[in-house]
Amino acid sequence: MSKKIREGLIKKILFIFGSVSILITISIFATLLSESLIFFQKVPILNFLFGTKWTPLFKPQNFGVLPLVAGTFLIVIFSSLISLPIGLLSAIYLSEYSHMKVRKIVKPFIEILAGIPSIVYGYFALTTITPIIRKFYPDTSIYNALSASIAVGIMTIPMVLSLSEDSMRAVPKSLREGAYALGLTKLEVVFGVVIPASFSGIVASFILAISRAIGETMIVALAAGATPKLTLNPLESIQTMTGFIVQISQGDVVQGTIEAHSLFAVAMLLFVITLTMNLLSKLIVNRFKEDY
Amino acid sequence: MSLARRKKINTIFHVILVACILFSLIVLIILFTDILKKGFPFLNIDFLTKYSSRFPKKSGIRAGLFGSLWIIITTVIIAFPLGVSGAIYLEEYAPKNRFTSLIKINISNLAGVPSIVYGILGLSLFVRTLKFGRTILSASLTMALLILPIIIVSSQEALKTVPKDLKEASYGLGATKWETITGVILPYSMPGILTGTILAISRAIGEAAPLVVVGGAAAIWFTPKGLMDEFTTLPLQIFTWASKPQADFQLVAAAGITVLLLVLIFINLTAILLRNKYQDRMKM
Amino acid sequence: MSTKIKVRNLNFYYGEFKALMDINLDIKERQVTALIGPSGCGKSTFLRTLNRMNDLIEETKVKGEITLDGENIYSKKIEVEELRKRVGMVFQKPNPFPKSIYENIVYGPKRHGIKNKKKLDEIVEKSLRGAALWDEVYDRLHKSAWDLSGGQQQRLCIARAIAMEPEVILMDEPTSALDPIATSRIENLIDSLKKDYTIVIVTHSMQQAARISDNTAFFLMGELVEFDETSKIFTTPQDKRTEDYITGRFG
Repeated sequence: MSKKIREGLIKKILFIFGSVSILITISIFATLLSESLIFFQKVPILNFLFGTKWTPLFKPQNFGVLPLVAGTFLIVIFSSLISLPIGLLSAIYLSEYSHMKVRKIVKPFIEILAGIPSIVYGYFALTTITPIIRKFYPDTSIYNALSASIAVGIMTIPMVLSLSEDSMRAVPKSLREGAYALGLTKLEVVFGVVIPASFSGIVASFILAISRAIGETMIVALAAGATPKLTLNPLESIQTMTGFIVQISQGDVVQGTIEAHSLFAVAMLLFVITLTMNLLSKLIVNRFKEDY
Repeated sequence: MSLARRKKINTIFHVILVACILFSLIVLIILFTDILKKGFPFLNIDFLTKYSSRFPKKSGIRAGLFGSLWIIITTVIIAFPLGVSGAIYLEEYAPKNRFTSLIKINISNLAGVPSIVYGILGLSLFVRTLKFGRTILSASLTMALLILPIIIVSSQEALKTVPKDLKEASYGLGATKWETITGVILPYSMPGILTGTILAISRAIGEAAPLVVVGGAAAIWFTPKGLMDEFTTLPLQIFTWASKPQADFQLVAAAGITVLLLVLIFINLTAILLRNKYQDRMKM
Repeated sequence: MSTKIKVRNLNFYYGEFKALMDINLDIKERQVTALIGPSGCGKSTFLRTLNRMNDLIEETKVKGEITLDGENIYSKKIEVEELRKRVGMVFQKPNPFPKSIYENIVYGPKRHGIKNKKKLDEIVEKSLRGAALWDEVYDRLHKSAWDLSGGQQQRLCIARAIAMEPEVILMDEPTSALDPIATSRIENLIDSLKKDYTIVIVTHSMQQAARISDNTAFFLMGELVEFDETSKIFTTPQDKRTEDYITGRFG
């Protein structure tokens, strides 16, 4: 075989491999869409999206997804209260305040934190965080949204931290020096120059952390409970979209039933929400990218 | 505002920042000591070689260990060549057109899709449509799809580090593109590619959500022998134990987590060593 | 002319590396002092010891004494923020903040406690006029500073420094990133700033030093080889190395 033919062939084969990712996306879409459509033939989509009762496993069956969305929302709110400020402030510390040596020691620990599987955080929530919460609020149920949120928050700190640290470190040294030369304190340089200049990266890191919290599964499956309800009280047992998917998968739901198909409708909603958020974060980064 | 006051605010802020970093480190320490303390009494050879049991003291992770091993190896065999070839295409061949940028956006979006959605895809595509059933094969294919974007992205990063003059030197000697890739580009970037792959593997080892959906068994009482066997994995066993109400099973779960963390630490250390060696070479 | 800054036995270290060796130098008030020498000779490092910008680099060490109006700037009593307010700086590459022209100018004064809007407006006009930029930008003060040309950006950075009403302005190769026309505008500007400020400028161009400075210091490998009036340095250098450098035999 001549070199030229071989080279051309290799290029074609590699092109196919390169396009696999598109195939994956298409099959995710196709799967979720086709199975959800079967579900929506039985449950009108508006009833699904705006219904306030979710009782697929007992009679009378209700398929209003809002309680699951509310559960997810609760986890997002309380986990963000931990991950966003702590992640951002830690990033400021490592990027602007700490000595090189401290940074070199701390970074690997943050990487360890990032590498711990979510099942471990779930276990930690159930067996360590929940007992601590119950010391302060004895009425808290064993499975509760707060405990899971704290664990999700801790898990997403490294994500906020490294992404926003990266964007702060990308701010050119000359900008900082310009501010220091005006006789500003470090704090003033951070809030006056560094954060405004890296704002898009910071926002993107926030959105990604939130999107991660929405999709987080094992922590909520272990620690948040399996009680779909519309509540804002984090001390109660709740259920999230992902928690429901796990519950259905574990149980012996008969294939082909409406409750089995509800799985796909919930997954579709989850997919659409997280996809939107990821695209949003890309958009923000591109739109407000600073050209140094 | 007086300078003294401005400096004081700066100092207070500094203290808050240190507290934030310490928060993460302290949580890490509590998490590790807590799990070790609970799990250590259950850790022994029997724990590694026994199957699941109704009795906490007799439970072991043999099935989970073998299941995880089977799935990881199969996953890597599928995802590694696919991911690296995809990255080579994107970095070295892809023309700058709409389709290429679509692929790139798509890959970074796939990396953000929740892992449980991959589980749903695996359930529908591999378990049901292709009728592979709830087997190691279905689980591995699902995991491969999950880590594929990670491998592609990290391989792309590694390929980008190859200096242009090195490539040009190869072309200057009359080498074709493919010869340059296999002769210069891949050898140079392989440590980086491997580091990324190892990190992807460690992600897959700890991942439980997609396998719950694909249908990992809560417990099996045999050692898997082939791709079409049923499976459980270490994280799935931990999940099952942790979900049980009996306090003793919580301790068994902690023992399982200890093993899982040890495996992950070992793998990550390998990646770090590889990366350091790589960086040393880059300095030359 | 009285002496503004007095440098005595100054030694500077990056870790183990000694970057400046026993520098002694007097900088005269309201004159332009140029620092010249081949790259890596320590001239920029020296400039940055004058407003303690080197403090920002880890593992550096200063020995010796620098006094500003008789006060040691490395003494514990000195607040570095206060020092930098008195000793302003303009950098090699224009580095306006990603804000409007107006916000760039008032950035320092605001932080140092000036809140009155009218006062700030005055500062903006005065500084921009001082930097010979007012006529070009007075109608777009609230547009992004990043839309200005390189030369305009650099004059904005000079205006930003002037807005702090410093006593000394340090300039680190301020024209090296600019075209010849923008360069000559900056040089004219420096000449007019001289009547109000003491200026220390690092330059890579000997012609520039000859054109704009009153005194010139020649640095080589961390040493101050020769320091004298500019006219003398360029006509009758005392040291063989200075002569070799200015006649273009190396560097």
